[in-house]
Amino acid sequence: MFFTNSLYICLAIFGLGLIYKISTWFRYRIGIDAREIRTSARVFAAIKGIVLTLFSVKAFILLRVFVLDVLLQVRLLREDFVRWLMHICIYGGFMLLLLMHALDRFITSVLFPDYYSTLNPFMFLRDLFGVVVILGLAIAVYRRFILKVPHLRTNAQDHYAIIILAVIMVSGVLLEGSKITSYSSYQEMVEDYTAMPDEQELKSLEAYWAKEFGVVSPNIKGPFDAETMELGREVHEMSCAECHSRPQWAFLGYGTAKIIKPVALGLDRAKLPAILWYMHFLACWLGLAYLPFSKMFHIFASPLSLLANAVMDKEKSDPANIATRQVIELDACTHCGTCSLRCSVAVVFEEIPNLNIFPSERMASIKRVVSGKELSEQEVRHIQEGAYLCTNCYRCTVVCPVGINLQDLWFNARETLLQKGYPEFLVLTPLSFYRGLMKENVAESDYRKPLVRARKALASGYELIKTKDKPVHLTLTEKELSSGLSISAQASTFSVCFGCQTCTNVCPVVANYENPQDILGLLPHQIMHAAGLGIRDLAFGSNMLWDCVTCYQCQEQCPQGVKITDVLYELKNLAIKEHNRKG
Amino acid sequence: MKFALFLGCNIPARLKQYESSSKAVLGKLGVELIEINEFNCCGYPLRNIDLKASVLLSVRNLALAERENVNMIVLCKCGFGMLKHADHIMKEDLSLRKEINNALMKEGLKFEGDIEIKHLLSIFYHDVGAEAIKDKITRPYKDLKIATHYGCHALRPSEIVQFDDPVNPTIFDKLVALTGAESIYWQARLDCCGAPVFGINDNLSMDLAEKKLSDAKRSGADYLCDACSYCHIQFDTVQRMISSERGRNHFLPSILYSQLLGLSMGVGSDRLGLGMNQIGITAIEGFLSE
Repeated sequence: MFFTNSLYICLAIFGLGLIYKISTWFRYRIGIDAREIRTSARVFAAIKGIVLTLFSVKAFILLRVFVLDVLLQVRLLREDFVRWLMHICIYGGFMLLLLMHALDRFITSVLFPDYYSTLNPFMFLRDLFGVVVILGLAIAVYRRFILKVPHLRTNAQDHYAIIILAVIMVSGVLLEGSKITSYSSYQEMVEDYTAMPDEQELKSLEAYWAKEFGVVSPNIKGPFDAETMELGREVHEMSCAECHSRPQWAFLGYGTAKIIKPVALGLDRAKLPAILWYMHFLACWLGLAYLPFSKMFHIFASPLSLLANAVMDKEKSDPANIATRQVIELDACTHCGTCSLRCSVAVVFEEIPNLNIFPSERMASIKRVVSGKELSEQEVRHIQEGAYLCTNCYRCTVVCPVGINLQDLWFNARETLLQKGYPEFLVLTPLSFYRGLMKENVAESDYRKPLVRARKALASGYELIKTKDKPVHLTLTEKELSSGLSISAQASTFSVCFGCQTCTNVCPVVANYENPQDILGLLPHQIMHAAGLGIRDLAFGSNMLWDCVTCYQCQEQCPQGVKITDVLYELKNLAIKEHNRKG
Repeated sequence: MKFALFLGCNIPARLKQYESSSKAVLGKLGVELIEINEFNCCGYPLRNIDLKASVLLSVRNLALAERENVNMIVLCKCGFGMLKHADHIMKEDLSLRKEINNALMKEGLKFEGDIEIKHLLSIFYHDVGAEAIKDKITRPYKDLKIATHYGCHALRPSEIVQFDDPVNPTIFDKLVALTGAESIYWQARLDCCGAPVFGINDNLSMDLAEKKLSDAKRSGADYLCDACSYCHIQFDTVQRMISSERGRNHFLPSILYSQLLGLSMGVGSDRLGLGMNQIGITAIEGFLSE
């Protein structure tokens, strides 16, 4: 009664959860394009897209991807054999257990009319599948907690997934072991299946089962004589053998039984088998009910992501479907960490400790952004920085075992974040090269805003540069600035500048403008002076810093050996540090 | 001759033809390449914001190549310049070196500074040598005028990168001449292509690119030749954007040196990725002598 009722409750939660999660696929919006598309339009586009794909040659692509990437997980195999083995063990073993053991009433006994869970091959197979899952779990635990792979991060969801599976598996094995030894289970079976045996026969059967089947009996103790065993075997064959194979075949449970034998009687009296049974099925129910909200939801979303990405293409597919696919991809992420292991910039975390640099962690942050959670300015800027600190090398997308197009996801998420209005200084680095190449995908005003905002934020507070007529004292005003230019040994060379202006004369940026000072603020030689005099306002406030193309003409040609380009680099570093320090 | 091939981020994502053509040509010239999967960003894009972070990224690559005990071939000039710079800083600044090595130690890596970082063109010129290349050229070009774009970060700062004479470089021109093409003189040949500020200040970036393109064209070039991922994307993809955004057509197609050399060595145009350039260059095959 409790078994069925609790199952129905959990099934209901699971069903509602599934509906809720699927609804988010059509409701959540990632990226600027997705803002315009209504949920209903996305539902219709999805149905239309699926139907059209299924009745076209693309169906064959789907079939191939389903077999190779979904069932056999070739993408993961290509990445790492051990991880492939881990996952195939967990998912393969668990699926087989689910079909053969958990759903035996609906599947196994229909396919095999003389099915009994205690009969071979089913008894053996159950343990075989179990050991496969446990092997997979052991690899997972080893990889996550012992091996300590750099850049691989383990979060609460990963813990949960391993724990819930481990509880299900371990309780199952212990249940089997305790039932093998259980005298009360033995008695129940005797009552149910033996046809009116006499005292002698019963005793012999008990002796036979104690010796051969691992039952721990409170009444009798070996060694038993051959006659008793012979009679026991006869009764056994008459009443039990037909639906009970030797428990040695259930090697996990039998091994457990051997281990707990000395305390088996006590455990049986304490009703351990019953407790373990509750634990086992309740853990399964919990796993089921929580599935849509846990990382286990990937068992639905990941195949969809693989299939959708195999037949969709940014240029041709309906934007409504792309918007939907990107939300599915957030659920498809298994937090396996492949992207972070292969990320081109992950190591920079050692210097810039922002977790969002790791693609696998950024994924979780983007989920929070997309679900409409209220985020503080600091959180948004953190995610924005992580998302921008990306060289767009596509490696994450190439290696993702579930085929997520991370590259497009980053692009869309980045643009959405940049429009929230907080300055991001990384836009003033060559990391923007990719954004420039992609600008046809962004509205012109949206494209410019972050660039203007970052420059404005950096120049704010440096008023001196705007008041051109104000005389400047030619004495060292701020020692910290001129002595602070020392991140690299190059930068202190500005002090030997004697003002010949060669740097400015050879600068291609200066040469590009008729009135360079109006546009650039200070020219290179003036910036060297400002640095020498420690005039922060002038050094940090000028546009020249961010328009420098770092071609090193100035530095190469300086007769005094001033490392002008390197000084400009260093001033840029300092300007940003200073801004961040001021908050 | 065995080298680790450093591709950086742009090439595998946006310029696959540079990788395939370089591999094809280096293979023909007997250069053995090792691929190190763990290579990461060269650090160049981060220099504006955090020198230490960019040096860390850069040096990790050097330490990886050191672990394999091989020198590095770099295809991109910005990457080349950054790696050279990081190598230089690590040798000059011992306290930074210690800090960076501490961070790398977590992965069991260490920078000792005993490998060489070489740009692809240097490999051709110094390691393979003109004679060996000449031997492999089966179909030299005829009447083809090439404008060589040297690329700032390979040339300067010369005391660090030590690629060629920064004022009057010749390596690239000599390499082009080997293929039978004529390397023309043009005034803007040592100037910046504008790529470092593309995405930051597009107008400035496009101005600089346009100046170079029109100067090369005025000087009689049929094609512009480059050997850097940033420069090439600038002269290819961004040139296309210039014509759509500004309505000005320079139509000076750019070809990567590995593609130019490969064609004259008889490598198939598919392996050289001739069709992958945004501004078509397949017509260059018409200049090949049969």
